[in-house]
Amino acid sequence: MSEELHPFETFLRKEMIPHIWCDGCGNGIILNSYLMALKDLNIDFNKVVTVAGIGCIGRVSGYTKTDSYHTTHGRAVAFATGVKLANPELKVAVISGDGDLFAIGGNHFIHAARRNVNLQVICANNFTYGMTGGQYGPTTPLDAWTSTTPYGNVEHPFNLIHLAAASGAVYVARWTTLHVRRLTESIKKALQKEGFSFIEVITPCPEIYGRYNKMRTGIDMMNWFRKASEIRNYSDPAKAEITPERIVLGEFVDIEKPSFGRLLHGMTAKVQEKMKRGNR
Amino acid sequence: MAEKSRAVLTGKHFMQGDIACAEGAIAAGCRFFAGYPITPATEVAERMARRLPEVKGVYVQMEDELASMAAVIGASYAGVKSMTATSGPGFSLMVENLGLAFMTETPCVLVNIMRGGPSTGQPTKPGQQDVMQAKWGSHGDYEIIALAPSSVQEIFDLTIEAFNLSETYRTPVVVLADEIVGHMRERVTIPEADEITVIDRKKPRVPPGEFASFKPDEDLVPPMACFGEGYRFHATGLTHDESGRPSTSSAEAQQKLVQRLCDKIRKNADKIVKTERTMLEDAEVAVVAYGITSRSALSAVQKAREAGIKAGLFRPITLWPFPDQQVSQVAKKVDAIVVLEMNYGQLVREVERAAKETPVIFLSKLGEEPHKPAEILQAMRRALQ
Repeated sequence: MSEELHPFETFLRKEMIPHIWCDGCGNGIILNSYLMALKDLNIDFNKVVTVAGIGCIGRVSGYTKTDSYHTTHGRAVAFATGVKLANPELKVAVISGDGDLFAIGGNHFIHAARRNVNLQVICANNFTYGMTGGQYGPTTPLDAWTSTTPYGNVEHPFNLIHLAAASGAVYVARWTTLHVRRLTESIKKALQKEGFSFIEVITPCPEIYGRYNKMRTGIDMMNWFRKASEIRNYSDPAKAEITPERIVLGEFVDIEKPSFGRLLHGMTAKVQEKMKRGNR
Repeated sequence: MAEKSRAVLTGKHFMQGDIACAEGAIAAGCRFFAGYPITPATEVAERMARRLPEVKGVYVQMEDELASMAAVIGASYAGVKSMTATSGPGFSLMVENLGLAFMTETPCVLVNIMRGGPSTGQPTKPGQQDVMQAKWGSHGDYEIIALAPSSVQEIFDLTIEAFNLSETYRTPVVVLADEIVGHMRERVTIPEADEITVIDRKKPRVPPGEFASFKPDEDLVPPMACFGEGYRFHATGLTHDESGRPSTSSAEAQQKLVQRLCDKIRKNADKIVKTERTMLEDAEVAVVAYGITSRSALSAVQKAREAGIKAGLFRPITLWPFPDQQVSQVAKKVDAIVVLEMNYGQLVREVERAAKETPVIFLSKLGEEPHKPAEILQAMRRALQ
């Protein structure tokens, strides 16, 4: 009897599955794209560390059969910085949510981007705190309804790609979970990039966010992505808006800049050389 | 060999406490430091920034203490001995991830050069006000190992000890020094590299397929795989089973994990705890003091002996786990105990608890300098009345 295996059979921790995600959630698509990118690039899974913070998408660390670590809320990027600097041979990816990376973890994000730490950061942006039941967060659009904005949101949201670009990231892209092929290609690009790369993935959360905002199913949300999406590669990230009418997607930044690790380990090598010559 | 000699600065030095702390760390094998500048611990960071590149280590100045502690844990999981150093306000931020380090059984060292608090307090002045915070500062049940050096030599020695304990028990260890020990300069003897005991974490003895990263040996400590070694394991701050899989609703899992993590320290307390006893054999009054206050306590005890008072000094070197048995033994033999602290009453409650019926007098000191020997002598006379 032949048994058909899941294409990512060996890349998933079976003992952690079934996953915790709701029907219509886009997190599985993001996980799939990430695994596909690793597989396509033939990256040694023994040398990959998948780091996540707290929130629905944070569980991705447990499902991925690389070395993985599930940090405290907001600290994934800071933890990953320690890992990457201590062992530069490891490929260190951070996959986390908009609240984790940009509210409680916002400071770590901008500084890791500024330093250009060689990390690949993927943000699942669902516009809300899903795990705690749908409160507004740093990416919730103006006027949106959530459990803590019962009269509509009165806070301006972050434009994440503008923030990442301004903070110094060398690769910045934004896709939705409808754009799987482009998303996977972007993750592959990011994984091969030296330095801090950032990919924002707009992902449906029909159960929590959609329910409050007249998009009760995953299909409703995907339809919004389909109707509103406009690909504007290398346009000004400052103008890449997310509104009910228009979601601007694409690659926005792809530049070369020495990574923090390269500069740091280069400095150490110079110190070592100097000491060998004996002129301390 | 050349590299080892660069790591261990064998010889006699006139050195500042903070610098001796950094040298102790490097001698113990520390090759990663993440921190954030703060008085009076900044000199530890400055020394590390200069010294770590010389031994192929990494110094990184993070954006805050939350990030520093997170990076320290990351580096340890990447297989490198790591540390940070801070003072009260930074320690308040670090206790968040101190809990994570405890929960994910991460060997690492956190140095707190204590200043006056609460809040910004007195940055350049000494304090012993974070003793309870070290034990209780992070949420949930946890056990901590905390060591209190009283001299520049001892901060060198105890920083090595802190690394060895953290590696032995796979747990974070705190060095609780005060501003005076951190900033004063004294003679330090750094031994030959091969005379320094350096302990490394236990490694897995089974192949990746059979390895469970949180399955303990008999000593309750699990061997530790690190990232990139092929074990492809998962670690989480959530309650987890022996394989690292989250178990967020099983009462049994919560009981089993938290109990083992605490028992790992509690049941090994007799191996961890270090104390120092001076002139206690025939003592009628015992002074209990740690860190810098133990130095003036010693002077007071000597003065008391000269004045015909049978006094002795008990110095906990390990503050946590608290040396219950040792304090009880002292309490049984003396008529009274005098406790000195540069706070408004913290470890004294532990002493009272262990001393049971024996009366305890507490001498608090807040601010610039530790207790004067004359004040301590007076308290001893009062205690014996």
